[in-house]
Amino acid sequence: MAAVAEQVSVPGLRPATAGRNPWALAWRRLRRNRIALAALVLFLLIVVLSLAAPLYAHDIAHDGNVLSPNLNGTTLVHGKLTPVMQQGGGVLKLGEAPIGPTWDLSHYFLGADGIGRDVAGLLLYGGRASLQIGVSSAVICCVVATLVALVAGFFGGLTDTILSRLMDIIWAFPVYLLAISIATVLLTKSTGIQVGFLHVSATSLWTPTVIIGFIYVPYVYRPVRGQVLSVVNKEFVEAAIAQGASNVRLIFSEILPNVVSTVIVLMPLMIATTILTEAALSFLSVGVQPPNVSWGTIINNGQALLYTRPWVSLAPGIMIVLTVLSLNVLGDGVRDALDPRAKLRVG
Amino acid sequence: MRQIVSKAVRTRGGKAGLGSLAAFVVLALAAAGCGSSSPTTNKSSGTTTGHAGGTFTILANSAFGVADPAQNYTLEEWQLLIDSHDGLVTFAKVAGVAGTKIVPDLATSIPTPTNGGKTYVFNIRRGIKFSNGQTLKPSDFVTTFERQFTVPGPTSFYSGIVGASSCSTKGCNLAKSGGVVANNSNYTLTINLTAPDPELMDQLSLPFADVVPAGTSLKLTGNNVPPGTGPYMWKSYNPNTEAVLVRNPYFHVWNTVAQPAGNPNEIIEKYGLQVSSEVTQVLNGQADEVFDGDSIPSDQLTTLNSSQYTSQVHVNTLTADYYMALNTTRAPFNNLDARQAINYAANRAAYVKIYGGSSLAVPACQILPPNFPSYKPFCPYTSGAQTVWSGPDLTKAKALVKASGTAGQKVVVDSTNDQVGTALAEQMVSDLNAIGYKASTQLLTAANQYPYIQNSANAGTWNIAYSAWFQDYPAPSDFLNVLLGCGTIHKNSDASPNIAEFCDPAIQKLINEAEADEATNPSQAASLWTQVDHMDTQQAAWVDLFNPKQIDVLAKTVQGYKWNPQWYILIDQLWLNK
Repeated sequence: MAAVAEQVSVPGLRPATAGRNPWALAWRRLRRNRIALAALVLFLLIVVLSLAAPLYAHDIAHDGNVLSPNLNGTTLVHGKLTPVMQQGGGVLKLGEAPIGPTWDLSHYFLGADGIGRDVAGLLLYGGRASLQIGVSSAVICCVVATLVALVAGFFGGLTDTILSRLMDIIWAFPVYLLAISIATVLLTKSTGIQVGFLHVSATSLWTPTVIIGFIYVPYVYRPVRGQVLSVVNKEFVEAAIAQGASNVRLIFSEILPNVVSTVIVLMPLMIATTILTEAALSFLSVGVQPPNVSWGTIINNGQALLYTRPWVSLAPGIMIVLTVLSLNVLGDGVRDALDPRAKLRVG
Repeated sequence: MRQIVSKAVRTRGGKAGLGSLAAFVVLALAAAGCGSSSPTTNKSSGTTTGHAGGTFTILANSAFGVADPAQNYTLEEWQLLIDSHDGLVTFAKVAGVAGTKIVPDLATSIPTPTNGGKTYVFNIRRGIKFSNGQTLKPSDFVTTFERQFTVPGPTSFYSGIVGASSCSTKGCNLAKSGGVVANNSNYTLTINLTAPDPELMDQLSLPFADVVPAGTSLKLTGNNVPPGTGPYMWKSYNPNTEAVLVRNPYFHVWNTVAQPAGNPNEIIEKYGLQVSSEVTQVLNGQADEVFDGDSIPSDQLTTLNSSQYTSQVHVNTLTADYYMALNTTRAPFNNLDARQAINYAANRAAYVKIYGGSSLAVPACQILPPNFPSYKPFCPYTSGAQTVWSGPDLTKAKALVKASGTAGQKVVVDSTNDQVGTALAEQMVSDLNAIGYKASTQLLTAANQYPYIQNSANAGTWNIAYSAWFQDYPAPSDFLNVLLGCGTIHKNSDASPNIAEFCDPAIQKLINEAEADEATNPSQAASLWTQVDHMDTQQAAWVDLFNPKQIDVLAKTVQGYKWNPQWYILIDQLWLNK
């Protein structure tokens, strides 16, 4: 925190903010931004609702598992036992239509999907998966990108060239094409991914998490590396070198604290981006795998029911919009709070 | 939620690795006549009286790929090829069960084999011309059969012809080998086989064997369909836009059952619309038919139930199986008890609902579909009386799992990642978990999944695989030998239709006996096939899910609907009441 310490230790000049912790200052700025705060509250509300999924599912699960098909099940509608899947009418009796919204929290509030599952229950469980993947992959992405950017920017030369070109190669692939290719390969490995002692099953939520985290590394690497390059030759770094600081100490004690605000600003925007990517991949059936659900898989399931049961697709669509909107607004607020002059954007 | 997609990549005679072609091959002995007004035919002109005229427009979600008849293995092109081309023999082009009968087409009669069932001499009709004006000669058939081997495709149908074993995509000379000998002076064609094949006439009735002129390239003709002898000829085919068939000026009727005159002056098949849009356009009268291989979304199935569309919607039973193949090469399903357990546990009513409900599918009990030759009802895996499936028997299933010692094992269900495939896999996972397994899914794109599960190199990654089979022609071997015979396991090949890798030497012995008896003792053969069907069902190499039905959606102005169990809707017999 050398650079920050420099700013506040000039004697005789005591502006209003002098002596304040920069994080406290940022938080104060953020609190003044009511739109950003509203976005934060909205995001937290979505998180809490999703975490509460088991409480809701406890009421409505037909066999202890809200995620398993319930094609032959029944439910109460206005006190009357009604089949969850209803055969088409007329002479031909074609098709099986899932029950529509009952607006009864205990009995298929938003209706059923194509295999008789409670859409409201799926929505909450889907939120857990979408948020878990979105947040985890954004964290993985930002951590990996920051580490690579620190190494590349600090050592420069051949190291920087190799790492930057590697990032360029990943960047050169269209995001979705790369993600679909990796996912397709991994999904055929029923034994999952084994890296040393770490094992991830093919249908685990960690599979799309790792894939999405990986493909966005260059998108965070670029701005962070730029920040590292702008910091690495500053006086306080030279002073630390003169004091005999090791490379590790220079990177993590001198440079990292001065680029971390960039990463923090990028984080909510990355979460929004990764949530959208997860939804897209799951919609294309290469993201979250059954029996897990995410908002993307629910939209996919609802495709064939758009005319008669639009809520199956609409509800998760609305949740994605609200989540991404709240994260983008929050991201802008965080950016303004941490560095009002910055113009960072993702994507 | 309905899907009718089959991928019948076939391999016979031990020749594996023949290219994966999505196929949709059909035929049913089932009822569903549906014939209505049959226009009278003017034999001299080759056109129908009264109903001729107009342009019949079909809407299909996508095209059928390469159009060369020697390669294409899709119902979508076959429904058009039967109107533009002819073979030596064909399935009668009439509605209902009569449509399963094989009748002479370009041959004057169906010959009786000689030389111990290995030689067939066909008398070829005279005075027939291709759509390019060239006169048909017996030697045209030699080229046609040679193209079966020089054009990459499912050559296995004709691999029993003498000399076929030395043919490849590099070259083929069946005349020299004596396999197919043409005599242009007395208009005969002789086919010599290496061994008797009681199903030869079925195989000759498929469009692969439709005759093309002798000068046709031995290489793949791509999107150019060679001239044929039928009532229509291909004006153009662009897989991105449309196929256009117009009247063949040289056509005249020679056999009204084999190749009647067509009604529309022009048949156009347009590609690229969403199926929901196809249905809307046809119901609005902007087009005439939704291609019957396209899956109509659940939403619109409900719409079609409206009484105003009753006369425009036709439902017919198919002789096809939707099933889950059990991987018999690895635990837990290398154990008979475990295989029978999941058969008892499978909730077939749920699978039927996924497909669109009881009006679009019926629970399946055994390998052979209902109304198929040698089919005798047999339903061992049900609760209650064992005649029709009435419900899962979880008590028996759990007892069998316990007896097998496989409880708690992990099971991977491989399926397609489309709506129906995913839903079927999820239901199977639920059924497996209910009897004590730890099941998960492995979902692949439809194009990849079928070759993937056929290849034994991938057998270590899955335990249960979803698949479907639509008959090529009405012979029990098409199910029992092709899908569960020892000879159709081709290691490390993407064309190994015995997905379960099930091989029971005792059953195979019966299959061989049945095939041998078909020519000499058909009733004994039929009895043996029934026995094989029941034995295969008891050995439970599959979980048979359901037998599907098919929907045809037509515009209000379309008349003359006829449904043939082999070719489905007879497009050229429809007429437009505009």
